[in-house]
Amino acid sequence: MYNPGKIITILVLFVLLITAPILLNIGKASEPPAPSLDTAAIEQLDEKQCIESKEFMRTHHPQLLSDWRQQAVREGETEYISSSGAAWEMSLENNCLQCHSNRSEFCDSCHTYTAVELYCWDCHDGTKGAGAAK
Amino acid sequence: MNRRNFIKIMAGAAVGGAAIYKGLDSFGAEAAAGEAQTLPAKHWGMVIDVSKFQGTEDIKQIAAACHQYNNVPDIGKADHEIKWIWQEDFEHTFAELESEYFSEKIQKMQYPVLCNHCENPPCVRVCPTQATFKRADGIVNMDYHRCIGCRFCMAACPFGARSFNFVDPRPHIEKVNPELPTRTKGVVEKCTFCVDRLEKGEMPVCAEVSKGAILFGDLNDPDSEIRKVLGASFFIRRKVELGTGPSVYYVIRGGEASA
Repeated sequence: MYNPGKIITILVLFVLLITAPILLNIGKASEPPAPSLDTAAIEQLDEKQCIESKEFMRTHHPQLLSDWRQQAVREGETEYISSSGAAWEMSLENNCLQCHSNRSEFCDSCHTYTAVELYCWDCHDGTKGAGAAK
Repeated sequence: MNRRNFIKIMAGAAVGGAAIYKGLDSFGAEAAAGEAQTLPAKHWGMVIDVSKFQGTEDIKQIAAACHQYNNVPDIGKADHEIKWIWQEDFEHTFAELESEYFSEKIQKMQYPVLCNHCENPPCVRVCPTQATFKRADGIVNMDYHRCIGCRFCMAACPFGARSFNFVDPRPHIEKVNPELPTRTKGVVEKCTFCVDRLEKGEMPVCAEVSKGAILFGDLNDPDSEIRKVLGASFFIRRKVELGTGPSVYYVIRGGEASA
């Protein structure tokens, strides 16, 4: 091998450089997102309960909204019966965004954290809320 | 396998296949019956009484109400215009009815035009993503989530009822109706016969603000108001010779000349 000293030094530096993000952040968990439920509409509720359980909404809201889109837009079915038997309108504007009007503190907190970029708000803005926080 | 066994197996498979096919068929029939129950009409249609439009102001007023309710933007450039209901002159509304002997009034009048919610909609046939589709109640609707902005539907529609969002429409909506979504850049939009209002039991905005000049109802119901009006008058549909089967009827009373 010619110039072993130079080559090995550069190789070590190169490995350090590309692993720097891992090495620098080792042992440090980044702050988990904390979606805020602090809106006027939610404060006024007697029982702070979404249409389904918190756990279900956390894991299944994309599926739920996708089903709603299919049923409301294509099948003209706008009533959702929750697991507790209550009827809800399948609508972002007239249901979800009435309470969750703080897009930047609620939706964006997790979606930015997980780098899941959505285009829901391009149309479903819910002008009453804080939407359009770009 | 000998010949006898082979025939036995094939016969068994044919019987089984036929049974499954029959099962699927009855399942489809049930689904269709369930759908019909949830919808209030079999075929929504519109009747426009031409004699009740005295001037362009009437149409502009209706268009403004429609566009305000449905979050239709006013972009202010003719080549970016978004329109759900608008006015058109005689020549462009009823292109096939050309004659020099129509009264001057009829020839000079402006007519309200909108999506005809055809029975055999060419826009639906050409849509590569099924973003535009015909509902069981006859309404041709759009699923903007699926629209890829190819504009085949705009080329296919013989009525020019579709508009494309070349720019983000939101900044051009003066006052957003918070109950309804807007559209986004890159999708096609058009009149929906106010499906969201029909679900709530209300009439479309244009019918409501037109003071009786626009009637709306079920074309399949012989006792509906629009069928009674159609039964008692002469009417035309736009470009009916193209075979798209428009659901918008223009009632001509003959009194237009004196109106």
